[in-house]
Amino acid sequence: MSLSIPSLAIAPTDAVWSVSQLTTAARRLVESGFMPIWVRGELVGCKAWPSGHWYFTLRDATSQVRCCMFKLDAQRAGKPPADGTEVFALCRPGIYEAKGEFQLKVTRIIPTAAIGRQQQELERVRAVLQKDGLFDLARKRPLPEYASAIAVVTSRAGAAVGDIITVSRKRWPCARLFVLHARVQGDGAVDELVRALRRVNRLKVDLCILARGGGDKEDLAAFNAEPVCRALAAVRVPTISAVGHEIDISFTDLVADVRAPTPSAAAELAFADQREVLRQLDDLAARLGSGLGGRARLATERLERTRDRMQGAVAALVERHHHQLERLGAQLDALSPLRVLDRGYAVPVALDGRVLKRRAEFLPGERFRLRVADGDVPARVEPE
Amino acid sequence: MTTIAEELARLEEIVRRLESDDVELDAALALFEEGVSRLRAARERLLTAELQVQAVLEEAGGDLRTAELDD
Repeated sequence: MSLSIPSLAIAPTDAVWSVSQLTTAARRLVESGFMPIWVRGELVGCKAWPSGHWYFTLRDATSQVRCCMFKLDAQRAGKPPADGTEVFALCRPGIYEAKGEFQLKVTRIIPTAAIGRQQQELERVRAVLQKDGLFDLARKRPLPEYASAIAVVTSRAGAAVGDIITVSRKRWPCARLFVLHARVQGDGAVDELVRALRRVNRLKVDLCILARGGGDKEDLAAFNAEPVCRALAAVRVPTISAVGHEIDISFTDLVADVRAPTPSAAAELAFADQREVLRQLDDLAARLGSGLGGRARLATERLERTRDRMQGAVAALVERHHHQLERLGAQLDALSPLRVLDRGYAVPVALDGRVLKRRAEFLPGERFRLRVADGDVPARVEPE
Repeated sequence: MTTIAEELARLEEIVRRLESDDVELDAALALFEEGVSRLRAARERLLTAELQVQAVLEEAGGDLRTAELDD
């Protein structure tokens, strides 16, 4: 009986991997293949080690997978869930190289029942707020056109306040921002948000922004809480809710007068753009200039009309006087002695040119001249 | 101090009156001068302004006070 020799099946050129090389390559492959994901399953056999790490198994009807949860995440999770609890686990799939084992590195565990309770609470809050009209579009107030003082309710530790300051400084630097700090997640967040929102009513502001940066669903819980929604609705100035990133919506988004996808977007909605207003001022300056020009033109036209009327009046005066002169001329003409001569009268004129008007001026034998219409006639006084 | 909104409203009114026909020339001149000085002041205000950011804090007695926010 012949024995096959396995070594002969390997060519000298074939690559040979060590176990650790293989497990490392497999780990890299698996780790690069998944983003953090939520896995739903039944949690069993949880062991909390003195190191603080937890090891357990997630399973369903046909499969199971080993899981580990490191100390910090385990501390945050509190107590290990009871055996058989159905959970959502946020995890990254990987390979535990020392054992060549496929495993999940879990960072959060939420019992599905808790989600159920949360969901029920959300439904309840939605229903009462809806019934009380807090979502009504009719109660939405318009934002002021030029807000100059704004209250910002947010956590001073978060990125929201910095984002709002940056945008405000660029858009409307003559504004005042009043920052009212409140924790936006975890224990006490609801109370602090309610208190901060109530304080807004004691400030002289034109607008209120309620803001936080984006996060997972759990972290938005305070913004879905009934007391926070009611306090927001009671703010006396128009409100903007900027609570999540674009995909998250909270009840405060529905209660506020305006919803902004991000804190930066809220600041853009809140403030006019300085550059726009400067352009508007330029436009007003141009209209001011042309408005005055128009008035001046109007005044000039009026003056010109006045001058024309004066000239007309003078011309009419001259015309009238001209007629009068003509009439006077005619009258003078009629009075001229030459005209009288025309009618057959004659004027005796002494040789020295005197007009002889009296009988005594006629001396017998004396020569004189008779002036008639077309000339003189020599004449002499006859002796009596 | 008036707000920018009030300044813009007054300027708009001045311009409208200047553009209408029923304003006398000396009144128009006065409006123009007022407009020019308001425009200059508004522009100055916008260009030299610096954003004020204040934290609102509640004192033990319940009074509110503001403090510069160190950002």
